[in-house]
Amino acid sequence: MTVLLFTILIWIGSFLAGLLGALTGLGGGVVIVPLLALVFHVDIRYAIGASLISVIATSSGAAAAYVKEGYSNIRIGMFLEVATTSGALVGAFIAAHVNPSTIAIIFGLVLLYSSYLSSKPKEEHMVEAPPDPLATRLRMNGTYPTPEGMKRYNVYHVPTGFSLMFVAGALSGLLGIGSGAVKVLAMDQAMAIPFKVSTTTSNFMIGVTAAASAGIYLNRGYIDPGLAMPVMLGVLMGSLLGARLLVLARVKMLRTVFSLVILALALEMIFNGLTGRL
Amino acid sequence: MEEGQKALPQTPTEEIKAPNQDWRDEQIEIVIGNLLRIGVLFSAAIVFIGGILYLFEHGNEKIHYHTFRGEPPELRSVTGVIHYALQGHGSGIIQLGLLLLVATPIARVIFSIYAFIREKDGLYVVVTLIVLAILLYSLIWGHF
Repeated sequence: MTVLLFTILIWIGSFLAGLLGALTGLGGGVVIVPLLALVFHVDIRYAIGASLISVIATSSGAAAAYVKEGYSNIRIGMFLEVATTSGALVGAFIAAHVNPSTIAIIFGLVLLYSSYLSSKPKEEHMVEAPPDPLATRLRMNGTYPTPEGMKRYNVYHVPTGFSLMFVAGALSGLLGIGSGAVKVLAMDQAMAIPFKVSTTTSNFMIGVTAAASAGIYLNRGYIDPGLAMPVMLGVLMGSLLGARLLVLARVKMLRTVFSLVILALALEMIFNGLTGRL
Repeated sequence: MEEGQKALPQTPTEEIKAPNQDWRDEQIEIVIGNLLRIGVLFSAAIVFIGGILYLFEHGNEKIHYHTFRGEPPELRSVTGVIHYALQGHGSGIIQLGLLLLVATPIARVIFSIYAFIREKDGLYVVVTLIVLAILLYSLIWGHF
């Protein structure tokens, strides 16, 4: 295949991944690596490098839209970024020292979990308990607007959330993804942060986390300009268009289809990893 | 005067302060959000220009992504990329655009330091400096 044809095909695939990712809220990043590795037979190290770049693009590109909603908590975000960025360094370090098959298997397992999570209805884990002393000390408790006016929320289990965010960062550095699924586990479930706050805060954190491993990827030669160019431009344009179409589309059906796609890719990644084909 | 004050609902001071604090945070977030969007669009434009050039230079060659060779030294470090881009190579210009993209979240962290200093929040100035140190370590000394 020539570079020109390859570039065009990768751009189209990335555009669709970004579009579907934004429409379903599942993020396009998770399907980029399987797309490149399984369909286009790109070495998984180049694939995670290009995917990581696209993760930064979508996170920063969506930030302005998220800000209009105005719920993000920069203190929670910044504090947890200490965990995600140091996790990302560790993940990027591990990526260089394990074989590609192992990365493929871990990737498949994370995809399986994302697919399971997206098939489950979301539940708020609001806790009615006195404020947590550590969260209070760290000034994490805040308010967010609801139809009934400003509502207070308290943050709990900071050490558990911090540890889970370290894992999320490590997976991000290892696999070149945003690790949205693990962040949900940490922020929504462990720390009992309301969805509106956790989703917007997490979007901000994803870009910073990915930037931490991007430096190491660059130094290790994982970021190929010829590959990252169509992936970044495709995912970015797809996700920006997806965010605009969101009001018009019937998302529920799409969500089901996309989680089935993720499930299929998960199984194929694990199979290829186990048989040593990647 | 004192009668009027008693007529007000009894709200604890923190209840009044909280929305105020949020409003200030929101202003900061709006600036940050716009900063990130401009950064992304700017870097995307540079990547696009480099991409066109790259396709003119290499469009007819065969792809090589099946086996991992790693990038050449001029595309692996910040200074190398800047040099290579200035020589007018398409791949160098793309890589420069990608570096600018990586810089946008870093700029957000730097801006947050300023915001926390303005709010006189010493604890979070320190927290943010730690995050910045990790990011710069990765970008500049990212060899293990």
